[in-house]
Amino acid sequence: MRNSQNSQSCRYEVLQNNDGVVTLHLHGRLDAATAAQTIAGLKSCLHPPLPPALTVDLSKVSYLDDFGALVLVELKNLMRTQNGGLYITNANEHIREILSMLKFDTLTAPALLSRQRHPGMFVRLGEKVLAQAAGLGLIFSFIGAVCLAFIHVCLHPGALRKDDTFSSMEKVGVDALPVVALISFLLGLIMAFMSSVQLQQFGANIYVASLVSLAMVRELGPIMTAIIVAGRSGSAFAAEIGTMKISDEVDALFTMGFDPTRFLVIPKIVAAVITVPLLTLFSNLFAILGGLVVGVFMLDLTANAYMAQTLQTLTLFDVFWGFFKAAVFALLITGIGCLRGFQVRGGAADVGRATTSAVVSSIFFIILADALFAVILRYWK
Amino acid sequence: MNAKAIIQVRDLVARYGADIILDRISFDVYEGEIFAVLGGSGSGKSTLLKHLLGLLQPAAGEIIIDGDGISDCDENRLQQILRKIGVLYQSAALFGSMTVAENVALPILAYTDLPEEYVSHLVRMKLNLVHLGGYENYLPSEISGGMKKRAGLARAMALNPKILFFDEPSAGLDPVTSAELDNLMLHLNKSLGTTMVIVTHELESIFAVADRVIMLHNSTRGIIAEGDPKYLRDQSRNPFVKQFFNRLPGDMTAANRKDEL
Repeated sequence: MRNSQNSQSCRYEVLQNNDGVVTLHLHGRLDAATAAQTIAGLKSCLHPPLPPALTVDLSKVSYLDDFGALVLVELKNLMRTQNGGLYITNANEHIREILSMLKFDTLTAPALLSRQRHPGMFVRLGEKVLAQAAGLGLIFSFIGAVCLAFIHVCLHPGALRKDDTFSSMEKVGVDALPVVALISFLLGLIMAFMSSVQLQQFGANIYVASLVSLAMVRELGPIMTAIIVAGRSGSAFAAEIGTMKISDEVDALFTMGFDPTRFLVIPKIVAAVITVPLLTLFSNLFAILGGLVVGVFMLDLTANAYMAQTLQTLTLFDVFWGFFKAAVFALLITGIGCLRGFQVRGGAADVGRATTSAVVSSIFFIILADALFAVILRYWK
Repeated sequence: MNAKAIIQVRDLVARYGADIILDRISFDVYEGEIFAVLGGSGSGKSTLLKHLLGLLQPAAGEIIIDGDGISDCDENRLQQILRKIGVLYQSAALFGSMTVAENVALPILAYTDLPEEYVSHLVRMKLNLVHLGGYENYLPSEISGGMKKRAGLARAMALNPKILFFDEPSAGLDPVTSAELDNLMLHLNKSLGTTMVIVTHELESIFAVADRVIMLHNSTRGIIAEGDPKYLRDQSRNPFVKQFFNRLPGDMTAANRKDEL
């Protein structure tokens, strides 16, 4: 039997002598450029029944690297499927050295890249529960650390990092004002327009003012503001602390004797708890302005009548209840954002996950807290 | 030694804005040699490396890698040329979300037509080559600094590039690990014939591995010495070269004055 093939610059011949010994002669370069073709060619030419043993003669191979060694590995695996052996002969010293560096003799065939194991349902459930339970400890210790740091700052006001607090106030509050104002204005416009369609039928145009102001001040103002702040600042907190965590900056703070919570978290909490209610105030004002525009230009109300109705509807309690809710939302957003940052382990992908999770969990807890507030208010008043 | 120049740098000028970092430097790297770029901090070593890798465009001059100029070619052509080189970054730059094996397999799966089952064998051989057999399924965050470097080296060699670049290979490694890495580099250079360009200021490594060095200095914004490191250590008359190779403290005030100029 004689079978030969030309591939780019590696050729091979399969020879069978009279004793039934099959020898494969390889010629030329066995490297990245030729390996794939050579393997495919050899596999198509060495079809079953395979000989009991295959001798590979490397005397004419001019160059062999690990891609070339792959050809030999694949041949070895092919022979092994038939319980056959592979013998390498006439390898020069250079090739022998490469094969020994690659640990050619110990290479076996388990798949490496398949990291995905498929454990049963209960195993996965158990792993999840254990992971959550382990995470719970960190959450409680974070809450405890924040409380301790807060008490410390209350007792020693000088320990608050004022510059950081002011710069956070600027980022959380001042920088968010344009987008909060625009969205609230449009929201007021939309609410007034939608409610006027219904109220006009009863000649109750003036109640548009009541509806817009009450809905905004009690519910939507704090919620909309909190959601915008969660998207802008909650994610930024998580990304900032997460990046500091993976580049050892958090550890550096600790070893320099700073409490990371007091250093990083408290200024952000103080800043957010002060600025988010203020943002809510602006949100309320701009929404009422949006309602006013619809009232004056579409419903033939006078600006005076609209504002008088608004003032008559709102109580001071409503306004401050809204601010209180906004302050609680601010605490949730900052706490969750910073916690997600501290939970980062590993690399860049984890920072991305923490950022996403900061926003999603913040929004969830904002809505949950709002629902609780509604229930509390129902039984309180 | 084969005298074919695989990297040719001609009158390279590098600058950030108005600051000229390297002023008309020229040198050759020959095929199969281990070449080191030396210099103190701020001498432009990293800038030079970024230019050689096509990450920065030269302000003037030419860089020719294996016969192709990289300074004025289009994106596709540059990608072709970059396929011939591998880089081991200072922090190894392994992708944290992938295992060691996946990191090494990434370029092989992307740029060769080998089916996935062959690639896993190839990856195991690559890892054996850097003595990391058995660590295939570890994440980069789970292995030590020296192992990360070696995994980074396996990834840099994934496509058996003609040229390997090393950015501060011994930075952050203990002397034993660092010496092992030097040995590994020598071994790979000898058995695979890979040309190596090392950017470093680690004296031990330089004497252990480098065939030839150039030394950059910020006083001239250029090359102040070129040649065999052992010869330079013993024979050079340049005071800075002497200081560098013999680890003598520099006159900080003089050095700072030069910086300001």
